[in-house]
Amino acid sequence: MLELSGITKSYGAARVLDEVGFQVASGRLTGFVGGNGAGKTTTMRIILGVLARDSGTVTLDGAPVTASDRRRFGYMPEERGLYPKMRVLEQIVYLARLHGFGKAEATARAEALLVELGLGERLQENVETLSLGNQQRAQIAAALVHDPRVLILDEPFSGLDPLAVDVVASVLQRRAADGAAVLFSSHQLDVVERLCDDLVIIAGGTIRATGSRDELRAEHAQRRFELISGGDAGWLRDEQGVTVVEFDGGYALFDVDSDEVAQRVLRRAVAAGDVASFAPQHPSLAQIFKEVIQ
Amino acid sequence: MTTSATPSVMPSATPSVTPSFAQSVWLVAEREVGSKLRSKAFLISTGILFVIALISVVWGGFAAQTSDAIPVAVTADTASAVAGNDLIDATQVASADAARDLVRSGDVDAALVPSDAQPFGYTVVGEDGVPSTLLSLLSVTPTVELLNPDATDGMLRYFVALGFGLVFFMAALTFGSTIAQSVVEEKATRVVELLISAIPVRALLAGKVIGNTILAMGQIIGLAAIAIIGFTVTGQSDLLAGLGAPLAWFAVFFLFGFVLLASLFAAAGAMVSRQEDIGSTTTPLTLLVMAPYFLVIFFNDNDLVMSIMSYVPFSAPVAMPVRIFLGGAQWWEPLLSLVVMLATCAVAIWVGAKIYENSILRMGARVKLAEALSA
Repeated sequence: MLELSGITKSYGAARVLDEVGFQVASGRLTGFVGGNGAGKTTTMRIILGVLARDSGTVTLDGAPVTASDRRRFGYMPEERGLYPKMRVLEQIVYLARLHGFGKAEATARAEALLVELGLGERLQENVETLSLGNQQRAQIAAALVHDPRVLILDEPFSGLDPLAVDVVASVLQRRAADGAAVLFSSHQLDVVERLCDDLVIIAGGTIRATGSRDELRAEHAQRRFELISGGDAGWLRDEQGVTVVEFDGGYALFDVDSDEVAQRVLRRAVAAGDVASFAPQHPSLAQIFKEVIQ
Repeated sequence: MTTSATPSVMPSATPSVTPSFAQSVWLVAEREVGSKLRSKAFLISTGILFVIALISVVWGGFAAQTSDAIPVAVTADTASAVAGNDLIDATQVASADAARDLVRSGDVDAALVPSDAQPFGYTVVGEDGVPSTLLSLLSVTPTVELLNPDATDGMLRYFVALGFGLVFFMAALTFGSTIAQSVVEEKATRVVELLISAIPVRALLAGKVIGNTILAMGQIIGLAAIAIIGFTVTGQSDLLAGLGAPLAWFAVFFLFGFVLLASLFAAAGAMVSRQEDIGSTTTPLTLLVMAPYFLVIFFNDNDLVMSIMSYVPFSAPVAMPVRIFLGGAQWWEPLLSLVVMLATCAVAIWVGAKIYENSILRMGARVKLAEALSA
């Protein structure tokens, strides 16, 4: 498990990170969400050691991260870059070898990974001749080729089409299933919501919320329910402890004061007629995000 | 997990091991060499350079041979006047008229025809002039005693100085700017962030310096080989014998001189974030590389300036071989200069590495020298 604690960073008088602390668990995908300039990239660069922190600690399994630990980190920087005039395969092989793999194994790994990412046809092309989406895939291969135990990916999905998002997402999920700790940032909240196990929300250089996605949803749930029934649900308006949000014949969206009220409403609905659906409504990540950064 | 205080081997299913420092350096160097050798522009320009070198050596050889012998027509009576003179290519004809015809047709530059003119007993006939060299060859000159018969003449001194100066200047500048550009490329594309999360910064720098030094030395050795082969084939082995030691010293001095410059070029590259800004930090180094070239052209006959230059590390690779060629250096002088060079080289590597380490991850505006050195 990767753990950050009390990370502070200032540029001159501007404090861009203030006591940032969170955990990235092994075997899980952690989404790192925040607006522009919230401090995501700075935090990631500090984890990788390419930027010095003013104070705070970064530990891996309880021990401070060392240079040799970082060699088992995979990193995708915010501003993409590989050697423009180097062939895709050669480049990934080179990075694998810098991470300590022998030539034969580095080649085998790089090839397999690039094929998995859908670049099997482009192995011998120069990076600069690839489309942006394919460059992005090559960049992801660069972060993954040495089987990192910690993955730090800055906006891995930006610039990808929906199909490519799925390819990359499944690659990342497999890495997590194999035990890697994966931290990725994204502006695409729907992708984060679909993919991540845990969430870290940052705004203005401070962490606003952390936890598993489901916990956070439960925490921010407003006991909102959706009812779809055969008969008219007009009686809901007169129920005690119920606030109707939307209403249309047999359809109703409403908030309740307590779980007991919800159960009472359900019993009455069943008594009143056929119930097609009665379900609690989870807040979307976008709603949670807006709520916590305010 | 917490029982061991020392960083233990990571529990991992993968066989990835941390490469040693030397392995990392070699991987980087290998990539530098490989990517340069795959660049068509580099291969073509190197090919052109080699061809130019070959042509100048061979042309120099033929020019030396052909300009030696002046074609002259003689008759039986005047043949003795030029007999035994290697610098005159005598063609004996039957009569004075036949000799004049050869001059008219342009087959010979001049003819010696019998006459009563004293004290020679012949007249020199030319078309519209007579080579002055021929006249001086025919004139009676007093006996000359040279106190330093081995001293090399001024023209040759100039060309040898020019040759060393040009080769140093071109090779150092080509590969110096290559290393600076390659550093900026890595910085601008952020590849450097991936690289240094894998290997130490110093391994990266060392690999780049070593890779480019291999390329530069390869070019120097190629040029030396061309010179040696060219001089041998064109029969200029006398010149070659005199150039052997200077060439060897040039190679040694160039090796360390280039490592020195490469470290500084890498540091200069690290201070900027975009290729467009590279000139602002490498210009002082470019001037430093060009200085010996111009100094050696203007001052190759000034012993004091040449002596000083042969000890200054930036100009020693040019000035010391020239002095050795001219026979003006004692046997210990190149050794002493080499010691000075090695010491400077060590300092340059240290300073270069410090600037590089402090600047390589600082994106945006140009890093100020004081900041790069102090951080």
